[in-house]
Amino acid sequence: MITADRLSLPSTPVEWTLPSSRKLAVTSLIVIETAMFTIFVVAYVFYIGKSLVGPYPSEVLETPIVSTICLLASSLTIVMAERAFKRESVGGFRLWWATTILLAAIFLGITAAEWKRLIVGHHLTISTNLFGTTFYSLVGLHASHVIVGLTLLTLVLVFSLKNSIRRADGERIEMLSWYWHFVDAVWVVVFTVVYVVGR
Amino acid sequence: MVAVNPEIPLTRPWASPSIMTRLHGLVVTVDHKKLGLMYIASALSFLVVAGLQASAIRLQLAIPNNNLVGPDTFNRLFTVHGTAMVFFVGMPIVAGLGNYLVPLMIGARDMAFPRLNAFGFWMFLFGGILLYFSYIGAPGLSGHGSAPDVGWFAYAPLTGRAFSRGNSTDYWTLSLLVSGIGSLASSVNVIATAFGMRSPGMTLMRMPLFVWMMVVVSAMMFIAIPPLTAAQVMLLIDRFLGGNFFNTQSGGSAVLWQHFFWIFGHPEVYVLMIPGFACASEIIPVFSRKPIFGYSAMVGATTMIAFVSMGVWAHHMFSVMSSVGNTFFMISTMAISVPTGIKIFNWLATLYGGKIRFELPMLCCLAFLFQFLIAGLTGIMLAAVPFDWHLTDSYFVVAHFHYVLIGGMLFCIFGAIYYWYPKATGRMLNKKLGLAHVALFFIGFHLTFDTMHLPGLLGMPRRIYTYDPGRGWEILNLITSIGVIFQIAGIACLTLNIITSLRKGEKAGDDPWDAWTLEWATTSPPPEYNFETVPAVRSARPLWDLKHPEDPDWKYE
Repeated sequence: MITADRLSLPSTPVEWTLPSSRKLAVTSLIVIETAMFTIFVVAYVFYIGKSLVGPYPSEVLETPIVSTICLLASSLTIVMAERAFKRESVGGFRLWWATTILLAAIFLGITAAEWKRLIVGHHLTISTNLFGTTFYSLVGLHASHVIVGLTLLTLVLVFSLKNSIRRADGERIEMLSWYWHFVDAVWVVVFTVVYVVGR
Repeated sequence: MVAVNPEIPLTRPWASPSIMTRLHGLVVTVDHKKLGLMYIASALSFLVVAGLQASAIRLQLAIPNNNLVGPDTFNRLFTVHGTAMVFFVGMPIVAGLGNYLVPLMIGARDMAFPRLNAFGFWMFLFGGILLYFSYIGAPGLSGHGSAPDVGWFAYAPLTGRAFSRGNSTDYWTLSLLVSGIGSLASSVNVIATAFGMRSPGMTLMRMPLFVWMMVVVSAMMFIAIPPLTAAQVMLLIDRFLGGNFFNTQSGGSAVLWQHFFWIFGHPEVYVLMIPGFACASEIIPVFSRKPIFGYSAMVGATTMIAFVSMGVWAHHMFSVMSSVGNTFFMISTMAISVPTGIKIFNWLATLYGGKIRFELPMLCCLAFLFQFLIAGLTGIMLAAVPFDWHLTDSYFVVAHFHYVLIGGMLFCIFGAIYYWYPKATGRMLNKKLGLAHVALFFIGFHLTFDTMHLPGLLGMPRRIYTYDPGRGWEILNLITSIGVIFQIAGIACLTLNIITSLRKGEKAGDDPWDAWTLEWATTSPPPEYNFETVPAVRSARPLWDLKHPEDPDWKYE
């Protein structure tokens, strides 16, 4: 009975704007990741001071000031890169983007050095005690997110150097920066829990 | 310029494509309708397999001191049955219905991220195959174990290396991890589609309730599934890297696993149940010939269920917590019956004064209404801590949650199959076979699960593989098992109906139920692009407006 009417579904243009699917998806991803990190943070906090054998956090942990400054600064440099992108300044974009990559790489390098010191110097592995298990899991989960971010950032730089980024890719770059800000925000929580509260 | 392959049109264009071409088409497809049907078809296949496992369980328990299956096999049966029913039947049916219907209902041409959609499906399917592959793969190199045997919630320390040798627990872990990622992919897609791709004029409060509820369910998955994923990663760290998360000997906590699992596990119950509500909220109004009563109250109640359900998880753990914790979770659990009650009254008010058509979808939904009410009542009983202490881990609990998931969710899914099958295939399901299915399954369901409450009250624990005679359980268990025969017969009728009606069913036409949502405005089955012109809507019932230009809904909005 409706067949005849089907073609006449009203398609009168109305004022109609919708949120961007891409932004919705990245926001969703960030919510999902937040829920996941929350569980690891809860596990860390729950097990603070419950290790039966050493080494204990107060004996072996040193506050990673330099790497924290680098990671937090990279949130600023990526904003500068975005601004340069909007001004259509290719050189500025590449410069700030490369600085972001450098800062992230320094962060990872310092984390690697810390882990080496803990594993080789203090014989703290993931199976030594509860501190080791929760520390390497939480910091490692964050570091793996930094690695993913670093890979994506590098990819964008390569595309930029090959001149294959167009203005229309602006939203994609913005999404990557959202993810990067999220990784930084998580580090603030991890830092507080592991190096401030947990000692 | 598109390259033309000269071979394809020249070789018998009238012949239907070969089986290989069709299979290839299924593997590479990113069409939301095909993926939705693939989800549902795989889920129904898992339903049959996991249902046969349940039948084996009931056969073993039919008489006392039975030795049909040994204790080890029995443990594997209930573990794999539970895991498969939740993750590889319930979840994919939810994803399949959402995939198929959400774009059609909001007037979109596909999901927001079609390739992500295909990724989600294949992750789910491989997760399910991984679970069943454990029967042969789990012994691995060590030669220990078979399918997982730790229960569907896999409590620590049973899952530790010392107590679970071989790889059975690892298969369980990995299959859930993989399918969880698939579920997240599909839920991200639903949110992005429903918010970002609505047709012009479809404001949020004009979305069909089905879409609203799928949105809420997807948002719940964002919060519910990651804790499970995190807990699975921790378990893998424990088992493969010697971690101590749940290793009680080095100070780890077995109760922490329970918390992490149920933080996932309880919202999960609503993730499975709300899509059932979603189907009922579409079917009941159409067959009562009235718009849904209290649309905005339904939206509000659904959202409230989502929020409250995040704070009820530890009612699964009344026997391990302090009285303060117990009191909190008792109150929050009872609070969730308020929005659920609002929904039941809204459905009843929709029926009230309506011109009810007793078609098959409606019959399923009417059965759902009162079965879900009973399930909710036993839920309130179990929410009371002292009562729960008496009944925890007994067959009363088993009866309660099967009442929710079968009497509640599965009946809605049956209704959805009868309601939307004509849209998906262009053919009606056979009414006689359908009546046989609904009647047989209804009788079987009540024989099995009404009776199952009683041995629980008499003290029969879950997960025992046999029992001694003389405790008053024998006749009750026998009746419970007899009900299974009716359920199997019912499912056989449904399967036969689905297969035969594909070719022989009566032609459905575009709008066989005289319904009001946009999916009925296109052909049955819909073309790949769904709609020729993107429709504009002015009310929550766009097809009503179209059919009744003299009295359209938008005049009253």
